Amino acid sequence: MSVRHALLALLTERPKFGLQLRQEFESGTGAVWPLNVGQVYTTLQRLERDGLVESEDADIAGPQKDFRITSAGRDELTEWLRTPPESVPPPRDELVIKLLVALRVPGVDVHDILQTHRRHLVGSMQRYTHLKAAAADDVALALVVDAQVFRLDGVIRWLDAADSRLKQFPLAGPRPPGAEVSPDGDRMVEGRR
Amino acid sequence: MTAALELRRVSKVYGSGATEVHALRGVDLAVYPGELVAIMGPSGCGKSTLLTIAGTLEEPTDGEVLVDGIEVSGMSRNDRARMRRRSIGYVFQDFNLLAGLTAVENAALPLELDGMPAGRAQGLGLRALEELGVAERAGHYPDDLSGGERQRVSIARAIVGDRHLLLADEPTGALDSVNGEAVMRLLRGACQRGVTGLVVTHDAQLASWADRVVFLRDGRMVDQAVPAGAPGAMLAPGAAP
Ligand SMILES: Nc1ncnc2c1ncn2[C@@H]1O[C@H](COP(=O)(O)OP(=O)(O)OP(=O)(O)O)[C@@H](O)[C@H]1O
Ligand SMILES: [Mg+2]
Repeated sequence: MSVRHALLALLTERPKFGLQLRQEFESGTGAVWPLNVGQVYTTLQRLERDGLVESEDADIAGPQKDFRITSAGRDELTEWLRTPPESVPPPRDELVIKLLVALRVPGVDVHDILQTHRRHLVGSMQRYTHLKAAAADDVALALVVDAQVFRLDGVIRWLDAADSRLKQFPLAGPRPPGAEVSPDGDRMVEGRR
Repeated sequence: MTAALELRRVSKVYGSGATEVHALRGVDLAVYPGELVAIMGPSGCGKSTLLTIAGTLEEPTDGEVLVDGIEVSGMSRNDRARMRRRSIGYVFQDFNLLAGLTAVENAALPLELDGMPAGRAQGLGLRALEELGVAERAGHYPDDLSGGERQRVSIARAIVGDRHLLLADEPTGALDSVNGEAVMRLLRGACQRGVTGLVVTHDAQLASWADRVVFLRDGRMVDQAVPAGAPGAMLAPGAAP
């Protein structure tokens, strides 16, 4: 987790207290990445144990304790900035599975299912975009929000692609006996009435 | 409150017989003053048709359009034309700039057509170009502009003067994400000052600037979205990239 490296980065400016680190971390990540005090101190303790930071005075405990980055800490930070994020095998995408399952359930309108998820995702994207709209000069916030918006956009585009693919091949999945699929997608609209 | 724009059971059929296309089927929509609404849907679902009817550029086959509570079908041809020049700003999907006019002349055109002296109209046209960051291209002809610059000139022409209804058809299609965002900020800002906006698009990122996103499918409105979910929840440290 990168809280470690974020704290190291904040310490490259000058020595800081734990509380100060927490406040700067939150404002630096657009206040959308909350961090509790406990997390800050636990992380600082581990960094100190690993020799990446040192405290001014080992005797004083609590909020007034000043931390500074060591040269090993600087090396670690530089290395981390250039290391590609860990590439994990693709997670089982819950939405993909829901769609595949929906295709096999008689009486379920897949276009309606797709629209339900599209509505949720667009609503959530609106919330993020409005956050960005309200804070025009907060660059950190814009960067964090952009990352989230592009991720949501990818999912919405997948839903759109799935929608047209299933319109092109309407019998992709098993249908209940006798169910009619009109070619112009009327099923979806009927289903919403 | 009276809607700034209202569509009542609007249908549009192109052609007849075997070639008949039902572009819109009984669309009901009310957009209130200061609201920014996006219509989202796939290619061919009727977005441009809806917008041209809302902008009184085309007539519905069935149903009624009301601007500020007044039925458009009851207006004289002249009144309708005046309303289009004075109150409605329209951004066309294909820009629709006049090739024989420079950027600033294009931007100032609605004001000049409405009888404003050319000098004053072009002053306001230049200001609109400034707002869109293309003022340094004011003297260029459309053929000598990039696609994105043409798009911004066409938006300048839509916002020039004092329009209170802005209709935009894929207004950021030719723009990169930074310039596209600048355009949406501008539209949102205008709506916060009381202008009413209707944007049609297939792009979710563009639509997400709106207060309300209406989904259009095969000529019908099927659903709508409003801002939802707690921001931050998805960016908790555990869920971060
Ligand atoms: N003048 C016309 N004559 C005949 N059919 C038309 C006309 N204009 C539009 N159509 C048809 O009406 C339907 C809706 O078209 P429209 O241009 O409104 O779609 P759209 O949602 O704007 O698509 P896009 O995202 O590709 O711009 C399409 O099937 C189109 O072929
Ligand atoms: Mg169109």
